Amino acid sequence: MAELTAHLTLPLRSFDLELALRTARTVALVGPSGAGKSSVLRAVAGLARPTAGRVALGDDVWFDSDRKLSRPPNERSVGLVFQEYALFPHLSVRKNVAYGGATRVDEYLERFRIARLADVRPGELSGGERQRVALARALARSPGVLLLDEPLSSLDAHTKATVRVELEELLREFGLPTILVTHDFDDAAALAHEVGVIVDGKLRQLATPEELVASPADTFVASLTGANLLHGVVETRHDELTLVRLDSGERIYSTDAASGDVGVVVYPWEITVGRVPQQGSALNVIAGDIRSVVHVGSRVRVRIGPVTAEVTAASASALDLAGGGTAVATFKATGTRLLPRARGG
Amino acid sequence: MLTVAAVFAAAALSFAFLLLPIVALFTHQSLGELLGQLSNPVVVDALIVSAKTSAIAQAAILLFGTPTAYLIARHRFHGRAFVITLVELPLVLPPAVAGVGLLVAFGRFGLLGSTFEALGIDVAFNTAAVVLAITFVASPLYMRQAIASFEAVDPDLVAASRTLGAGPERTFFRVVLPLARAGLAAGAALSLARGLGEFGATIMFAGSFQGVTQTLPLAIYFEFDRDFEVAVTISALLVIVTGAILLSLKFTSLWQSSQPTSPSLYARSTSS
Repeated sequence: MAELTAHLTLPLRSFDLELALRTARTVALVGPSGAGKSSVLRAVAGLARPTAGRVALGDDVWFDSDRKLSRPPNERSVGLVFQEYALFPHLSVRKNVAYGGATRVDEYLERFRIARLADVRPGELSGGERQRVALARALARSPGVLLLDEPLSSLDAHTKATVRVELEELLREFGLPTILVTHDFDDAAALAHEVGVIVDGKLRQLATPEELVASPADTFVASLTGANLLHGVVETRHDELTLVRLDSGERIYSTDAASGDVGVVVYPWEITVGRVPQQGSALNVIAGDIRSVVHVGSRVRVRIGPVTAEVTAASASALDLAGGGTAVATFKATGTRLLPRARGG
Repeated sequence: MLTVAAVFAAAALSFAFLLLPIVALFTHQSLGELLGQLSNPVVVDALIVSAKTSAIAQAAILLFGTPTAYLIARHRFHGRAFVITLVELPLVLPPAVAGVGLLVAFGRFGLLGSTFEALGIDVAFNTAAVVLAITFVASPLYMRQAIASFEAVDPDLVAASRTLGAGPERTFFRVVLPLARAGLAAGAALSLARGLGEFGATIMFAGSFQGVTQTLPLAIYFEFDRDFEVAVTISALLVIVTGAILLSLKFTSLWQSSQPTSPSLYARSTSS
């Protein structure tokens, strides 16, 4: 399997996009909107021209600023799935899929369960159907690289869950070097082998989803992966413990060494919730009013003062969290990470 | 109640005001007389000159105007607003000014006069002059509509076509043109109707020679003094032709509304 290399410098409106990627598998680019994620896809596809860099699939060079080489989009072996799908409104589903010159159109219509829609125009399709047509159209010409721009963002929550599973299978089945752009870390973690966090055109961290959660490079990456992010100032450090005074007044401990202004990172699943302070090894206790209780599948996310904890639905009802009032969040110093405060984080 | 009645009265007056001159053109003489005038050589000659020059002018507008409009619609460049203004200028220019302008540019003693003479081309006061006058005056109506129609084609569709292996030409003919088609047809209909009615620039630049440069509007003007009934006949004829063009335009716009394209990412340059 050929490897996709993309080293780019691309001037955007308010900053330069700079990126170096190399993958034979699926990379997800995550970041806030306007971070330049989609521009990466456009540059790889040849729709935007970088000022410097090199884009190649294996030995097939598509762009090389040193050699003044830039192949037009139609000479690059890419399948690009646009965020709004960009299906040709005047062509039937079959003609859309066949547009790239595919020979086995019927096979793809079957594979993507759109055979019965073959003669329908895109205007009459649902969101999920449009996405399958867009994927079929991009893959039917057997591209060497797959580029997906926010593949799940145009779908409603119900469709999204199903499509995510389908997409996961699809990426495994085709096994192409894939760049996937999304603003949702959960989608990225579910679909990609590696996740790159982009902010203001710069790659903050590129690692497996597990590594991003375990050791985020900065507070922005931490909050993106779903962690609680609190701010504070380091007061003292002794006996391998750092004491941080939070901006909200509480004092908490961490085993990380740090000084000055810090971001305090705690994952919701590392926080224990009780109605009264518990006896135990956990050093950190934050008491506060229950501000919200949200069900996420079989779990419940409860916000206590400045932190969000994740507990099982059974615990939530045993503690009657829905009833409101005061609760206590407890977490260990070992599960509390201290990070330098990042710009934009 | 009084205001409602006043509104209806105003509407009735407006309709009557617009309708009466049209009706009068057809009631001024009997239908037999009207049809009889159609074989008048002045009418026949003017009809042929108008049909011929309008057809050539329309072909030139489509052939040169379409790529120009596409270029303007697809690119953002310095001076774009100036270029669009230039393209639209003949729309607001007094026809007499257009006629004088054409004369001092392409006429025998004009800017390109000696060049044309050396090449053996003589454009003043012949059929070619009529074509130039019509093209100059009628092209903005097509251009405005064509630029807007091309801009309305979602740039992502063009990009999608390119990433699916289609070059610029194939993309234009298989994606852009089919999606802009209804808008282009509407623009063509409007410029055709405007070209058929062209008077001021033609009479100044091409003169009025029966069978050579005398178009239908020019024939009306000259028959006005000679044989008023003929002037009325030609007028009625032009009402029917331009009315039919306008009616077909309504049908193309109905057809267009059933073929939606994604909205443009860019602001329309030609919305006023």
